[in-house]
Amino acid sequence: MIRRAPRGLAEHAPILFPALMLVVFFVIPFSLMIAVSVFRRVPGGFYEPDLVFANYERFLTAFFGGVMSFSLGLAALVAALSVGIAFPFTYRLVKLPRRAQIRWLVFLLSILSLSEVIIGFAWSTLLSRTAGITNLFVALGLMAEPQSLSPSFGALLAGLVYQAFPYTVLVLYPALARLDPYLEEAARTLGSSPLRAFFTVVVPALRNTIVATTIMVFVFALGSYLLPQLLGRPQHWTLSVLITDQAIYQSNMPFAAAMAVFLVLVSLALVGLALLAGRREETA
Amino acid sequence: MSALVLDGLTKRYGPVTAVHGASLRIPHGQFVCLLGPSGCGKTTLLRMIAGLEDPSGGRLVIDGRDITTAPAHTREFGMVFQSLALFPHLTAGENIAYPLRIRGVPKAEQRKRADELLELVRLPGVADRPVSKLSGGQRQRVAIARALALSPKLFLLDEPLSALDAKLREAMQIELKQLQQRLGITTIVVTHDQREAMTMADLVVVMSQGRIHQAAPPMEVYRQPADAFVADFIGMTNLLEGEVTAPGTAAVPGGTLHLPELPPTGRVLLSVRPEDVIVHPAGMDGPNRLTGTLSFMRDLGASVEFRIDVAGKEIVALSRPQDRPPVAPGGALAVEFPPAACVVLPPMAERPQ
Repeated sequence: MIRRAPRGLAEHAPILFPALMLVVFFVIPFSLMIAVSVFRRVPGGFYEPDLVFANYERFLTAFFGGVMSFSLGLAALVAALSVGIAFPFTYRLVKLPRRAQIRWLVFLLSILSLSEVIIGFAWSTLLSRTAGITNLFVALGLMAEPQSLSPSFGALLAGLVYQAFPYTVLVLYPALARLDPYLEEAARTLGSSPLRAFFTVVVPALRNTIVATTIMVFVFALGSYLLPQLLGRPQHWTLSVLITDQAIYQSNMPFAAAMAVFLVLVSLALVGLALLAGRREETA
Repeated sequence: MSALVLDGLTKRYGPVTAVHGASLRIPHGQFVCLLGPSGCGKTTLLRMIAGLEDPSGGRLVIDGRDITTAPAHTREFGMVFQSLALFPHLTAGENIAYPLRIRGVPKAEQRKRADELLELVRLPGVADRPVSKLSGGQRQRVAIARALALSPKLFLLDEPLSALDAKLREAMQIELKQLQQRLGITTIVVTHDQREAMTMADLVVVMSQGRIHQAAPPMEVYRQPADAFVADFIGMTNLLEGEVTAPGTAAVPGGTLHLPELPPTGRVLLSVRPEDVIVHPAGMDGPNRLTGTLSFMRDLGASVEFRIDVAGKEIVALSRPQDRPPVAPGGALAVEFPPAACVVLPPMAERPQ
């Protein structure tokens, strides 16, 4: 094994391909987007090169501030709920016999294969007044008459958590499967009830995994632009929806680009903060 | 009555019975080793005592109180796991103080007790170190200290020393025994290492296939094994199958032996330890002697080991170098089985399966 740092072009060769991919598919498009974000829009046309910050100034208003904080809050809530549900679920899952585990994982993977559109329409049908779940509640005598539960914030939240849940389980699975099963038993012999052992030993022992997974789901939810339109009301539209709207329907590429850049920067900053907080706790 | 009583403890997993009605009375302050080959049910038995497995049958009583169905966290036993199961997110001191923290003991007191316990396991000054920065032997001590933090009524250890290298293991065996004597705490250790059991235990419980074969002090298990499994598992032994032909006389392959403790009739199994077999030059007649040919001999320094073919059966004998008869491999020898050294066991067929 080579332990010294690689020297010369030949030894750097293995990283050339990924580096090239990163440049072609990430650095160049992102740079183009930053460039477009300071271009000037030509009304009725497209845009022309310039260096104006009007696009950025435009969302320093209460409206965009509101949309931004709603988007971030929604993503944070989805991340918290997904991890909050998926963590205990995965903890139980890894204790099942191997065959049962594989069945569950295949089932979750099959949810992953569903497109966002299908998930969105399925949930809106499920929560609709005419064909939805409330009809079942009426039949069971739990409700007086069927109601429409969608579009609403609850419907949007349910759809997003449903979509994020399989990812969350699959990311948590390896860490939980590797966790020494005797940790929980040791906590129990030392006087913790099973629930207390879970919160004082299992959760803290996997804190880094939980932080990393939460960040992943947060970023994932932040990018969602279809479900808010299918399951939410206009006041539940996220910044991603507005970006899509500006870019596709209003043909305002510079403004859409500026919002996208802003969204990326804000989410990077939040991720950085979360990681920093994690590290500080670790050294404390 | 301060004792732990196992009354017919049984554990079944579907069609498989891991422990068949284990019954045992462990007086207060005893050091007990559950000894047996892997898969004999010794760990399952320990886990039932700890409350980590629910017995399928039987009762578990401590100091007259039935705890068969009491959850693990209410039993107040200290347990050391094979993997040690130290909490990776806590320092050594926090690991030891964990049971105190759970009970709401003030922080300063937790710290004081953790330092005391580290002193007890002879590992002072590591309280602030993360467990990942400790060596295998140090982790062992932290795990022991943590299990003892609440001064438990019962101290349980599941193959605690198996991860250590041979030299450290020997040292820890002695240290663990001394620690147990100092604290006077009833201790149950699961091990597959008979040397470990002989070193530490007041009471050795030999198990195989889910059953307790014998529970006795180490020397009794060695000198008076209850059956062929125990005789064979603890140390080396010669097992001779024979048939009682006349009162006090048994026919074995290669001759007859005169033994006072034989049953009146039927098949018997005799166990004779190699160090009890006396090797004589051929032609020297005497009681209880069989003749055979020397097939292999090795000098172990402190003793000489002979492997002698007696009527197709290999007999192992150990003798002092100075008592070695002048014979080369292939030569004839006489082996003597002193009656006092022959343990009469129930014949093989009666062994519980």
